[in-house]
Amino acid sequence: MGDSDFVRRLPGSQQAFGRRTPILSRWHIDLPLLLLLMILTTVGLLVLFSASGQNWGAVKRQGVFFLVGYGAMFFLAQLSPVFYRRWSPAVYLAGVALLVAVLFVGVGAKGAQRWLDLPGLPRFQPSEIMKMVMPMTVAWYLSGRVLPPGFKYIFVALLIIGLPTFLVIKEPDLGTSILIATSGMFVLFFAGVRWRYIFSAIALAVAAAWPAWNYVLHDYQKQRILTMLDPESDKLGAGWNIIQSKTAIGSGGLEGKGWMQGTQSQLDFLPESHTDFIIAVLAEELGLFGVLALLSLYLLIIGRGLMIASRAQDTFGRLLAGSLTMTFFVYVAVNMGMVSGLLPVVGVPLPLVSQGGTAVVTLMAGFGCVMAISTEEQRIVTR
Amino acid sequence: MNDHKTLKDPYKERVTFLRRVLLMVCVIVLAFGVLFYRYYDLQINQHDHFRTQSDRNRVHARSVAPVRGFIFDRNGVLLAENRPSYQLALVRERIVDREVLIARLQQLLTIDPIDLKRFERRRQSRHPYEPIPLKFQLSDEDIAILAVNRHTLPGVEITAMPERHYPQGAPFAHVLGYVGRISERDQAELDPVNYAATDHIGKSGIERFYEGSLHGTVGFEHVETNARGRVLRVLEQGEAERGSDLILHLDVGVQLAAYKALEGKRGSIVAIDVQTGGVLAMVSAPAFDPNLFVGGISSKDYRELNESADLPLFNRSLMGQYPPGSTIKPMLALAGLDYGIVTEETKIRDPGWYSLPKDTRRYRDWKKGGHGKPVDLNKSVVQSCDVYYYDLAFHMGIDRIHEFLSKFGIGEKSGIDMPIERKGLLPSKAWKRGAYNLPWYPGETLSVGIGQGYMLATPLQLAVATATLANRGTRPVPRLLKSISGELPDDPLGRHFNVKDPATWDAIHQAMIDVVHTRRGTAWTSAGRHLKDYRMAGKTGTAQVVGIAQGEEYDAEKLSERNRDHGLFIGFAPAESPRIAVAAVIENGEHGSWVAPVVKQVIDAWYASEQAQNPIGELASGR
Repeated sequence: MGDSDFVRRLPGSQQAFGRRTPILSRWHIDLPLLLLLMILTTVGLLVLFSASGQNWGAVKRQGVFFLVGYGAMFFLAQLSPVFYRRWSPAVYLAGVALLVAVLFVGVGAKGAQRWLDLPGLPRFQPSEIMKMVMPMTVAWYLSGRVLPPGFKYIFVALLIIGLPTFLVIKEPDLGTSILIATSGMFVLFFAGVRWRYIFSAIALAVAAAWPAWNYVLHDYQKQRILTMLDPESDKLGAGWNIIQSKTAIGSGGLEGKGWMQGTQSQLDFLPESHTDFIIAVLAEELGLFGVLALLSLYLLIIGRGLMIASRAQDTFGRLLAGSLTMTFFVYVAVNMGMVSGLLPVVGVPLPLVSQGGTAVVTLMAGFGCVMAISTEEQRIVTR
Repeated sequence: MNDHKTLKDPYKERVTFLRRVLLMVCVIVLAFGVLFYRYYDLQINQHDHFRTQSDRNRVHARSVAPVRGFIFDRNGVLLAENRPSYQLALVRERIVDREVLIARLQQLLTIDPIDLKRFERRRQSRHPYEPIPLKFQLSDEDIAILAVNRHTLPGVEITAMPERHYPQGAPFAHVLGYVGRISERDQAELDPVNYAATDHIGKSGIERFYEGSLHGTVGFEHVETNARGRVLRVLEQGEAERGSDLILHLDVGVQLAAYKALEGKRGSIVAIDVQTGGVLAMVSAPAFDPNLFVGGISSKDYRELNESADLPLFNRSLMGQYPPGSTIKPMLALAGLDYGIVTEETKIRDPGWYSLPKDTRRYRDWKKGGHGKPVDLNKSVVQSCDVYYYDLAFHMGIDRIHEFLSKFGIGEKSGIDMPIERKGLLPSKAWKRGAYNLPWYPGETLSVGIGQGYMLATPLQLAVATATLANRGTRPVPRLLKSISGELPDDPLGRHFNVKDPATWDAIHQAMIDVVHTRRGTAWTSAGRHLKDYRMAGKTGTAQVVGIAQGEEYDAEKLSERNRDHGLFIGFAPAESPRIAVAAVIENGEHGSWVAPVVKQVIDAWYASEQAQNPIGELASGR
């Protein structure tokens, strides 16, 4: 049917139906978010080019991942939130199955099994998919309940969160498990879990810290925390990364040493310079100005995400968009905090700047979901 | 289903959500504020600290080894130079699997198991990213093979280093010495700054004595390196100062002739310029290839050299102490004349033996039946009559012998510019009292009278004594260094002594000429009769290695080779206006007369060299 047949306004909507909707809206694309993401991915490629030592191959590979990511975003934006809601439990179960599979047949390096090499599929990390599926599933579960959720529902939600988190910790991959857990927790938080529960949980967590330290954390994870507290203690070993990244950041100064001029990164003093520690390259070469610009970019993206979440048509959309956006924030905060020595080094990449295919695709897919939620109102009307 | 009493309230849910989002916005702003402050603190407040830190990371001061000075002979022939030598080194940090890599290298080229062992040892004590040498002195073929396979050999580096090379090889081994890797003992003594980049040091001979001049002064450079220690560029440089070039008095022609003359024998020849004391040749045989030591000698080679009964590593010229035998007779004759104990005309009877008053022990002459009667001073030298010198020594007494022979430098260090020399032994009553706490027995004087007994001299001392004879009392200080970087060194002055009647010198010189050039002379048959172009003065000597009991005969056939007498000869030429003095010792050479032709060959070579340098110039030749 033609749009022009109905010229009506829904209450609370500025959108005049019947008028031609802009092409981007018709394709469920949120223009401000898209622009911000395009700027960010471009910056990401430029920094990566320098961090990888002018390696065109690395930049091209990452560019291809970005294209795949944009494709995933575009595709997922077309799907209705109703669809997500309907399928999330099934995808969740599939995801858990894959995580179990990783523990048995996974491949990886440095003593950690994180990858799954299934025939006919590119190599991927199931834990990354879980980052997106987790908030969806918790949102699916809670949006059907009366909110704020009672103790029983919170408990079930925590189980939903806990199972994959535990599986990812077993890989072991502390960084990703934190992000997965966080994404679920934010759904709970946005669903309005009462403060008394939150404060009790915090109190419990503090009380549980001691046994966790002694029985749960791996030695290398403990080492990272200890190193963070006193990196100077082990200059050539565990503390090396932090010392070198702080040196890179600090020596950048206000204006930086210039793009591709950073001695710390170009002369290979900075480890992991193209992956987790890439912000140090940016800080060294582009200085505090570069850091400020990047922070602003992230802030705008997060702001836009929260704005979309606030305008979402139903609770599921709100919870999902809000949680995905906040997970993105946690990425940024944890990564920038750990590289600058504020937080322990837990292996969280800088979103859309660090090299790495799966993270790029899942992040972009997450933004696809957010965009699907942002344009849900059109769907309701045009359907 | 427990919540059936409460209904879902979308409005309330939305309000709750918005409230919490607002709270999160605050959290986000706060978190970004903290992050921004953290980066601000690192990049602005602590910028200077980290700037320094990052420079310290990448900029390294590196010492640059100076180029070692060359060594030339007096005619400018190269004796020691530096050649590029390529070595294969491994960087531990870049090797994937060391054992696989080494196995692969062994497929490509031969790696000495000893080098491999040494590599394993070096591996323990290296800084990160420092290349550890595995194979030295790569051939062109090795380098080509490695270049082709380079991409399959991560962590393998080929580095070029200047390496000492001795083009003349073994004949100069003892006098030039050699350089070797700096040992821990060397390390304790040398200047750590100046040697920071140097890995070789003079171990013996000229290389060691003139180490300070040859080495040069260290340079430095500030280089930018990456985290793997690879040098990317040089930021600042202070040139190393090349070591000084040395020109020695040595003459390749003379040295090679001397070496050739000693081929297959054990012994030493020292030839010095009579006037300057410049050492024209100094050979110890057998010798060794000094180039073996430069790259680090293999333990097998070293064991072979070190354990050889012929002692090839032993520098006989300076360290070998031999009884001078009859070669001291011209000096004693001079002493006899000068002390007025004998005149040229004094004659004695020689029955073939001598005995002290009130003693039945017979001191034999080397010639059975003696030299007959009468034996005067000339004949005593020409025929090397022992009895004459038993008698002379007896009347002179040991302390006067000591006093006079000291003037020729016997029993004291010559002062040559070499790191080590022995001083021989010129006995006296005081010496024996000090050394053994025993009185001096008159019979011991007789042994000293024919250069035996306690008396010992190095070949170098004999050469200096010969030069002193030739110089009529002026004893030069032997010198190897002729000039350094084109400048003449301050040579120590020789000493001079006077005799009461200068004519006594003529008598001695004449007697020494007659040794060579008259038919009765001990060197006539072997050398004198072949001498056509010049005249040489000389004296044979034979030094007993084992004592011969009373009444026993010396029979070379019966004695094992090692127990045969040492043969010696001292000589100078041209006899009329001496310029070169030579001393030669051949261990177990049986008789001095057999050594005379060796000295002749050396002097021949010297004439040839002089002629080549000065073809039309006037040459002070014999006639």
